[in-house]
This record gives sequence, structure tokens and C-alpha cells, in this order.
Amino acid sequence: MGQFTFLFGEIVLAVSALVLLMVGAFGGSKSTSFIRYASIVALLIFGFAGVFLNAQGSSFDGAFLSDKFSHYVKALIGIAAASALWFSRDYFKRERLDQFEYSILMLFAVLGMGVMVSAGNLLTLYIGIEMQSLALYVMAAFNRDSLRASEAGLKYFVLGALSSGMLLYGTSLIYGFTGTLDFAEIAMHLEQTGNPGAGIIAGLVFLLSGLAFKISAAPFHMWTPDVYEGSPTPVTGFFAGAPKLAALALITRVIMGPFEGMEAAWQQVIIVLAVLSMVIGAVGALTQTNIKRLMAYSSIANMGYALVALAAGGAGGVTGMLIFMSIYLITVIGAFACILQMRTRDGMVEQISDLGGLSHSNMPLASFITMMMFSLAGIPFFMGFFGKWYAFAPAFNSGLAWLVVIALIASVVGAFYYLRIIKTIWFDEQAQSFVKAPVSLSFLSSAAGLLIFPILLLPFVAAPARNVIEAAASSLF
Amino acid sequence: MVIGLSHYLVVAAILFTIGVLGIFLNRKNVIIILMCLELILLSVNINFVAFATHMGDLAGQVFALFILTVAAAEAAVGLAILVVYFRNRGDIAVEDVNLMKG
Repeated sequence: MGQFTFLFGEIVLAVSALVLLMVGAFGGSKSTSFIRYASIVALLIFGFAGVFLNAQGSSFDGAFLSDKFSHYVKALIGIAAASALWFSRDYFKRERLDQFEYSILMLFAVLGMGVMVSAGNLLTLYIGIEMQSLALYVMAAFNRDSLRASEAGLKYFVLGALSSGMLLYGTSLIYGFTGTLDFAEIAMHLEQTGNPGAGIIAGLVFLLSGLAFKISAAPFHMWTPDVYEGSPTPVTGFFAGAPKLAALALITRVIMGPFEGMEAAWQQVIIVLAVLSMVIGAVGALTQTNIKRLMAYSSIANMGYALVALAAGGAGGVTGMLIFMSIYLITVIGAFACILQMRTRDGMVEQISDLGGLSHSNMPLASFITMMMFSLAGIPFFMGFFGKWYAFAPAFNSGLAWLVVIALIASVVGAFYYLRIIKTIWFDEQAQSFVKAPVSLSFLSSAAGLLIFPILLLPFVAAPARNVIEAAASSLF
Repeated sequence: MVIGLSHYLVVAAILFTIGVLGIFLNRKNVIIILMCLELILLSVNINFVAFATHMGDLAGQVFALFILTVAAAEAAVGLAILVVYFRNRGDIAVEDVNLMKG
């Protein structure tokens, strides 16, 4: 076994993806539902393998790292992907899109994310990102008879491939000017030479721009609204969660690992990305009428908040980012479980005005959407408030008070459009009422709703959860 | 004149710039965008191989082989999405990829 214990989760995913692909190829459409449940099980095994085996070390000469940070992030990714696969079931059945390939693509995308999170080498980083992205491009265009979905896939592919090209160019410069691909050796080289040259700084900026594309941070966000709107809704719900966390974890690994000594260089880049994302996310969402497009701008803004925490640097900043992203993931899964319940007798609707007067026709759904929006807006005593608190506190403590002020202003502007949805739900004319939601969706939305309701949860889990996250963050240093 | 490392780097930088500009300036055809993406990846390959030979380190050449493999997979996925798009739209002019905006 030896070094293979470190990648037990990834091996499970890879083998089950290949086996299930064969099952699907020979079993045809009868096996779709079996493959979905088997994939959910594989994703959960992947998520919890790291936590339970708790194997720390590195495989393949440091190319694949396994530490508490990767265990924690993989657990979140596994849960987020499993829920995304679960809430896709009803949608795909009703839209007559229920094909087994979707589950397989999800497994490959998550396998890529696992490799990204554990990357200890520029080559692993690139392979992980490509494995994830190639699967995501196909998922965006999964509804192949829809012009919108194929346009979303095309845009995502072109801009995503461009970002991979930029990332690669940065990688090649870093390789050329440090002479190595390994993260630890790059850190050693930078420490010995002291002053990094222009080549390394240019390489780092290209690398970070390529990664910023993947988390849809402004000014690399242009694909996000179109892809979110065009893709099938469960795919959008998946895009908003796990891939963002994986790319953010990769950014954390890069700036806190090999380039830890160049904090002055990367901090500027991260701050610019954070400010632009928060401003564009907040302002761009104001005029949106489509709820999926609105969620796209909301995720751009939320990536800005997560980058505020990272800009602070150090274990404190990573802790803040992880707490913020954990709460964001729960909220976003719940929000998309709610959006997937927006189905009238004529099919799915996605305009905000379609939510009008929902409180009269469907009280539980109305209150869950309200809670998700309060949490995203960061209204006190919902979990979103604590997420922002922990994300902004390290930045404030490390002397970036002006950045926190911008973040707070952006949150206030952002609160406007979340509150507009709530106003539509509770006070507007009633629109066509929705059909009864399947149990899987209402279970997910109520579970997420209970989780973001801190009075129920905070006293029991806050301190232990913080200890776990702090241990995860400090394992990077 | 001896052709040194910097000459290769300049060629790669020029190719990379042409590739990026090609994506943004091209108004005609999505196929040209795919060609520009290949150009970007190949310019990176030149970089890697030039650095690897210069330093006598094999890792860069291994990386170049990986990029070639991934580029093939990427072209396959890209062309597949393009075919799906063409079936729905009947056209692959860049100007027409504008159903969603704002």
C-alpha cells in the first residue's frame, strides 16, 4: 500500500467511474438510476476517505500531497458533489435528459478536483485542472438539444481553454526561472535567491489569472452569467459550489506554499481580484431578472469575499476562507434546491417575477428561499453573517481595514437584490403556483435551511468545527 | 549568430500573443478560435522544451508531452461542443453566439 493510502479516495473515484461507464455502456438506460446511486456512494467515500484514514504525507516524489487541509476540502467537495448529483435526479427525469453519462462526468470532474486540492507540483496542478474543466465543459452543454445550453458550453469551453493557456504560460515561466516543477523546491529556490526576478513574478501573475478564471473572479468573470443561465439548472447548482471551492483551495496552496515568500507580489493581485469581484458582483446583479443569472453575480461577489480572507495571508486567512466557503457551500446547495422547485405545470421557470406571492401558495418553500437569501446577504444570526465575519476579521487584523470597508459596502449593495427577491415572495401579486416538489429536493432545501439557522446549530458545533478548520489551515504551514 | 534561449522565448511569446489576440480580434468563425487555442498551447510547449534543453532537465520535456496529450483531449471536447452548437444554430459565426447577454 504505502503511498497509495494517500490517494485512496481518488483511486475509488477513478475505478468506480471506469466500472460504472462499462455498466452504463452495456446496461443502457435501465442502469441510469443504479449508476446515479453508485456514484453518490463513490463521491461520499471519496469525501470521507481522507478524514477517516487521516493519512498524512506525500506520494510520487511530492507530486501528490495529503494533509489535513486536503482532507477537509475534499470532504466538503464530496458532500457538495453528492448533493448536486442527488438534486439533478428529478430535473433530468422530467426534462427527459436522464442519461447515465452525467453521473460519470461528475465523477471525473470530482476526481480532477481531488487532484487539484492535493497538487504538490505544477504538473499535478495542470492535470487536475484540465481533468476537472474538460468534464465541466461537457456538463454545461449536457442538454444538447437546447441552443442555450450548447451556447453556454461553447462560451465556457473557449474562455476556459484560454485561461488554461494563460495558466500554462505562467507555469512554463515559473519552471524556466526556478528550474523545478516541485512546490517545495520552488519555495526553497525563492528562499535562497531572496529577490525573485521579473520572470517569476510574471509567471505568478499569469498563473493566478488562469486560476482566477476558474473561480470566476472579476475581471475574469465574463463567462459566468452566460454559463449559469444557459446550463441545465442542476449543473449550475453544481458549478456554483464544488468547482469554486476546489479552485480556491488550489489558489491557497499555490500562494501559501511555493510563493509564501513573495507575499508582497501575490497580495496585490489577490486584493485587485477581490475588490473588482465584490464591486462587479454587487453592481451587476442589481438589474438581473433571471434568478440563475443573479446567482452568477452573487457567486462572483462571494468569491470576492473569500479572496478578502486570503489576502490577509497566514493560517488566519486560510481559516477564514475555509469557514466562509463551508457556509457558502451549504447556502448555495440549499438555494439551488429551492430554485429547482420552481416548476409550474408548463415546466421550469427561472424569472424572479415567477416567485411573486409564493408565500400564499407555498409557505415552506417561501420561507426556505427567504432564509437562504438572508444568509447570502449576511443578515445577522444567519450563518452567512458568521461566514462574512470570519472572512473579514483576519483581513481587518492584518491592516487591510480599507479592504474590509469596501467589502462591507459591497455587502450592503448586495443585500438590496437579495431583499428584492424576498419582497417579491412575500408582497407581490401571486404568479402561477408551482407543482409539488419531489421529496429529494424538499429534503435538501430543508436540511440546508436548518443548517444555516444558527440558533439550532451554532452552540453545538461552532467550537469543534472551528478547531477542525484551524487544524486544516495550519497544516499548510 | 548563435540561437540561444532568449530567441526561443521571444518566438514563444510572439506565438502566445498572436493566439490571445486571435481569440479576441477574430469576428468570423469559431474554428479559428480553436486554432488560436492550439497556438497558445504550442507556444507554451516551445517555452518548456527550450527551458528544459537549456537547463538539461527532463521534467520540462515530460510536461510538454502531457500538454500535447491534454491538447488532443481538449480539441476533441471543443469540436464536439461545436458540432452540437452547429446542429442547434445552423451556423458557427462568432457574432451569432449572442443568445444570452448582460
